[in-house]
Amino acid sequence: MKKKSISYAKWGYIFLIPFFVVYFIFSLYPLLSTFYNSTQNYVIDRGSIDGGWYSTAPEEEEEEEDTFVGLDNYSAVFSSDDTLMKSFGNTIVIWLIGFIPQIAISLILAVWFTDLRLKIKAQGFFKAVIYLPNVIMASAISFLFYTLLTKNGALYGLFENMADGKSILETVWGARGTIGFINFLLWYGNTTILLMAAIMGVDPSLYESASIDGANPTETFWKITIPLIKPILSYVLVTSMIGGLQTYDVPALLTNDKGSPTGTTMTIIMEIQKRKDSDVGKASAVCVIIFIISAVVGFAMMMASEEKKPKKKKKRG
Amino acid sequence: MTNLKKMLAGALCLCMAGSMLTACGSDKDDSSSKKSSGSNNNGSAGATDENGDRIATTDMHGAESSEESKNTLNIYCWNTEFKSRLDKYYPQGTSLDLETNTLDDGTTEITAINGVKLNWVQIENEGNAYQTKLDDALQAQKDSDNKVDMFLMEADYALKYANGGVALTVTDLGITEDDMSQMYQYTKDVATETATGELKGVSWQATPGLFMYNANYAQEVLGTDDPAEVQEYVKDWDAFKETAAKMKEAGIFMVSGYDDTYRCFSNNVTSPWVDGETIKIDPQIKAWVDQTKEYTDAGYNNGTSLWDSAWAAGQKIDGKVFGYFYSTWGIPFCLLPNTVDEEIKADGSNAVEGNGGYGRWRACEGPQAYFWGGTWICGAIDSDNTDIVADIMKVMTCNKDVAKAITEGEQDYTNNKAAIQELIDGGYSNPFLGGQNHLALLTSAADKIDLSNKLSAYDQGCNEKFQAAMKEYFVGNLDSYEAALEQFKTDITATYGNLSTDF
Repeated sequence: MKKKSISYAKWGYIFLIPFFVVYFIFSLYPLLSTFYNSTQNYVIDRGSIDGGWYSTAPEEEEEEEDTFVGLDNYSAVFSSDDTLMKSFGNTIVIWLIGFIPQIAISLILAVWFTDLRLKIKAQGFFKAVIYLPNVIMASAISFLFYTLLTKNGALYGLFENMADGKSILETVWGARGTIGFINFLLWYGNTTILLMAAIMGVDPSLYESASIDGANPTETFWKITIPLIKPILSYVLVTSMIGGLQTYDVPALLTNDKGSPTGTTMTIIMEIQKRKDSDVGKASAVCVIIFIISAVVGFAMMMASEEKKPKKKKKRG
Repeated sequence: MTNLKKMLAGALCLCMAGSMLTACGSDKDDSSSKKSSGSNNNGSAGATDENGDRIATTDMHGAESSEESKNTLNIYCWNTEFKSRLDKYYPQGTSLDLETNTLDDGTTEITAINGVKLNWVQIENEGNAYQTKLDDALQAQKDSDNKVDMFLMEADYALKYANGGVALTVTDLGITEDDMSQMYQYTKDVATETATGELKGVSWQATPGLFMYNANYAQEVLGTDDPAEVQEYVKDWDAFKETAAKMKEAGIFMVSGYDDTYRCFSNNVTSPWVDGETIKIDPQIKAWVDQTKEYTDAGYNNGTSLWDSAWAAGQKIDGKVFGYFYSTWGIPFCLLPNTVDEEIKADGSNAVEGNGGYGRWRACEGPQAYFWGGTWICGAIDSDNTDIVADIMKVMTCNKDVAKAITEGEQDYTNNKAAIQELIDGGYSNPFLGGQNHLALLTSAADKIDLSNKLSAYDQGCNEKFQAAMKEYFVGNLDSYEAALEQFKTDITATYGNLSTDF
């Protein structure tokens, strides 16, 4: 028996090889070269091109090599002239606009759907409907909202007075709100399903005994449901935060890549996109910064789940 | 073991997350594009052999191309304009064998020439996307076995490719000065390599600009729709403003949006956007900002942006917009499809007055001579189908009969003085413009176009980013021109990392 399991393990490693090969070529190498590029003065001149046909003259051979500039790219993107910090703020604000209603509504729906006394009928139907927006591509929904809200769009008149004759996509909070709302619409169904699964995992006898002891629904919610679904809640929080950091498609499509108005919907991924065709050094620096932030968030999640370990084992037992 | 598993799983997750974030930063190619030689001072003056004799661009060859590449004509473009012209008018001027395919809407498309099949690589023009992809393809050309044969370029960045040593010299392809004698000089200037004076691209159209107006509104507000009389109302910017005020009283916008008058100013600058590696704001560009802010505050425009749906909707005959600044391609590509209620059929049976705004638009010179756009055809160095490239160039841009047919069929102003003159002499009239002969107007406008010292290779990015930044000022999100200029500075230096500004 032992021998067999060892040989199985060997096959396991062999089957892992394709992943690692692909990973080294398409992920690790680009990752490391991004770190390298972020320390170089690497700028592409998009106003000239050289096909290499005329480069017979010797002086053409001596190309200017990229030079090592240390952390100059980083200090440049953090300088007050640059928009990176502003975009970082935008990203957080847009994430919050979407996440706060998302978690609130998902929690309420999850509690209602799982409540023993409410016994909501046709649950399958509602769950499907709630989940449906998540099935549609973010880009499709972005185009839909753009078409509705843009000047002379179907819903333009609705907000015209509020936005002082402009399309609400041309106002700061209108644009940010729309992006947040789209993110909310896309993800609240998914979160609801996750939280329902978590709540259904809570032992029903706890709720029964609570109600026998005279706890009202609010107390049950805060004292039983919330503490017991904390691991899932923190999972939702962290995945949403990482998703929020990477917000790109919705704001880029709604504002035509401009982050308008006045760069208030520019997210950090859009900062990369803006630079990648020419100012590669700085774009790489931005990538590295986002990488570090995500790593910090990821480690925080790992630390948090470490604490929960003993509890989980108890439950299984 | 569980700990190991967890650590492995955790490490993998982190790696995945990390790679998602960095994938976009990795498109470093080790081509020679990194060095920052400004577009205007490219040192290469053509290639020469050891005796100092010029090497023809058609004799430059890199890696051997594959059989498939030899049997495919790869054409880079950003819209279907050239394809539709080629499909429709190339057959009548060529002696090569064509294979065609009839599409659902009754038009035929060319699928192969002399057995070489056509492959259109179409990439969005906006946001420099087309330029970026084309750069990558052309830089890889020497070592690639799949060759780009032909590419199209716009005036906004023509200088880059004309000076870049990537395009075949037109005369090397066997097209003679005599063949090109009827072209407008400015169309040649745009595509001429600065250092050598060699012509790198040819265009089938000249793109002088006009002011196209809604005849119904002209009749209603100005009491006439005669182009000569309406021209008096828009003959200079002062008259234009007075007319705008009259239109406003009647509830009509003089122009649709912020960017409509832009090209009138940007083509009359005294110096290009970029000088060396410094971006400068020309007084004409500033004049556009001042005028547009004034018009916006006075309600003379409808606050739209170029190409958006509200901008297009204004071209309906009851669209509440008096006029649009358009070049010759504006009629077939924008105004005509936007103004008709029912799409024009292939047989032209519904191209009659009463179908939306058909026949209810007119053209006049407008306040200022300008040009806008235009597409140049270039052959790529090391193309493996130069004979077909040469034939397409010759038929589409040098053949008088083809030029005449394009003008008659598409309302396009072709780059052939003789063809245009014959049409004018033959009593040309344009049914879309209510029988007006707009060619005469375009001819006088085309003669005035002078592009010397007005173009830089960075114009597309500069124009797009400047318009976008100024829009924030016009709609009131930024309260001063200076603030908008600051925004433009941030955007443009991110787009073109090697440039700096002097403001």
